Amino acid sequence: MNEKEYISSGILELYVYGALSESESAEVTRMLKKHPEMRAEVEEIEKALLRLSEAAAPSNQKLLLAPLKEKISQRSRNVPVRKKRANWSALAGWAASFLLLAGLFLMFRANSELRESLQTLQMENAQIESEIAEARNDAAKSRELLNTLRDRNILKVPLEGQEIAPEAYATAYYDDEKDLTLIDAQNLPEPPRGMVYQVWSLKMSPLVPSSIGLLNDFEEDEDKIFKLDNSNISEGFGITLEPAGGSETPTMEMLYSLGVITS
Amino acid sequence: MQQDLLIAQLQQGNEKAFERIYQLYATSMYGIIFSIIRDEKISEEILQDVFLKIWDNAASYDSDQGRFFTWILNIARNASIDKLRSKEFKNKRSDLKDYDFTEILETSNNASGKIDAIGLQKYIDLLGPVCKKIIDLLFFKGFTQKESAEELQIPLGTVKTKNRVCIDKLRANIN
Repeated sequence: MNEKEYISSGILELYVYGALSESESAEVTRMLKKHPEMRAEVEEIEKALLRLSEAAAPSNQKLLLAPLKEKISQRSRNVPVRKKRANWSALAGWAASFLLLAGLFLMFRANSELRESLQTLQMENAQIESEIAEARNDAAKSRELLNTLRDRNILKVPLEGQEIAPEAYATAYYDDEKDLTLIDAQNLPEPPRGMVYQVWSLKMSPLVPSSIGLLNDFEEDEDKIFKLDNSNISEGFGITLEPAGGSETPTMEMLYSLGVITS
Repeated sequence: MQQDLLIAQLQQGNEKAFERIYQLYATSMYGIIFSIIRDEKISEEILQDVFLKIWDNAASYDSDQGRFFTWILNIARNASIDKLRSKEFKNKRSDLKDYDFTEILETSNNASGKIDAIGLQKYIDLLGPVCKKIIDLLFFKGFTQKESAEELQIPLGTVKTKNRVCIDKLRANIN
C-alpha cells in the first residue's frame, strides 16, 4: 500500500480515535515516523476532532484550573524526588535536543514552502481516491443487484399505492428458493421523522401478515433497494408506515402499498 | 515538534507544561465526558479526575503506542463509562437515555468562548444521520469497528471507509 492509499484507507482516523489494536497502532506510529505527510494528515484529523468535541462541551462551563493546580502541587510536595531529577546528564540531553531542534528548524524553514504545496496536492489526491473508492463500491453493489434481479427464480410483484398515498408504489422481487426478497422503494415518499416503513409478507385467505423487516436509513440509501430475509411462503406483500423500530402487527390505516402474487 | 517538547516536559513533572496541556485539551475532554454523562456537575468532577490521572500517569504515556490526544481521550472515555456503570450514578439517574453528541450541539446555543457551536452545528447538519452516528460511536463513545458495524447494521469492512468520508466532510466544513 502506498502512502496515499494508506491515508485514504481511513486507518489514520481510527488511529486517532484509539479504535485500533495495540499492534495496529504501533504499525501506524512506525509509518508516521517515516512519512511526514501522514503525520500532517493525522494532525489535521486531530484538529477537527478537537474542535468537534470542544463544541460538545456545555457552554456555561466553569473549568477552573486553580483547584486542580492546588491538588497537583500538593502531590509534587509529597513526592519531592521528582523535582530533584535535573542532573548533568539530563542537562546535556536538553542541550543536545536544543541544538537538534535549532538545526531542524532551519531545515524545516527551507522545506516548508515546498512541503505545503505538496501537501495540498496530496490531500486533493486522497480526496479523489476516496471518492473513486466509494463509486467503485456503488458499482459493485449495482452489479450484484442486477445479478440477483436477473435470476430466473425471481418473481416481480408490483405493489400499488393505497388510499393514504395513491401516487406511491414499490416493487417486490421475491425469491422463494433463496429466502430473499428485494424491495425497490424508489417511489415511496420519505418517511416522517421517527417513522419507518415495515414490509409484510402476506398469506391470503385468511390474511396473515408476517413482518420481514424495516426499510432502515431510508433517506440515506441512495438506490432505495432493500434486501430482506424472507423465509415465508409469500402470497403477497404490503408496506406500512410504523413507529421507529417497527410494530408487531401492521397499522392498516398506514398501508402505503400492496400487491398480490398472481402467477 | 513543539507538542512533543510540551509532553516531554509534562512527563518530567513540569507544572507549567501541565497548565498548557489543560488549556489545550480541557474543553475537548469536557465535551467527550459530557456527551457520555449528560450532567454538568458530574462531568466537571470527572474532568478533574481525568486531569489528575494525566498528571499522575504522564510518565506511562508512550508516543510509540499512539497520539497523546488518543491517550487522554481514552482516559476521559474510560472514566466516564466507569462512572456511568457505577451504582451511585445509576441510582441518581435511572432514566438515562442514549444520547449522541449532536443533540448537545442542538440544545446548547451559546458556545464556549473559542468555538462557534452554531456554526459547527450547521456543518454537522450537512453530515447526514449515518455520519453523525458513526462519529458519535467511534469517537465520542469509543466503540470498536465491530461494535459500530453491529450498532449501525453495516458491514464491518465499510466502517473504516465510511468514517473516513465523514471525517473528510467534517474537515472540509471546519476549514
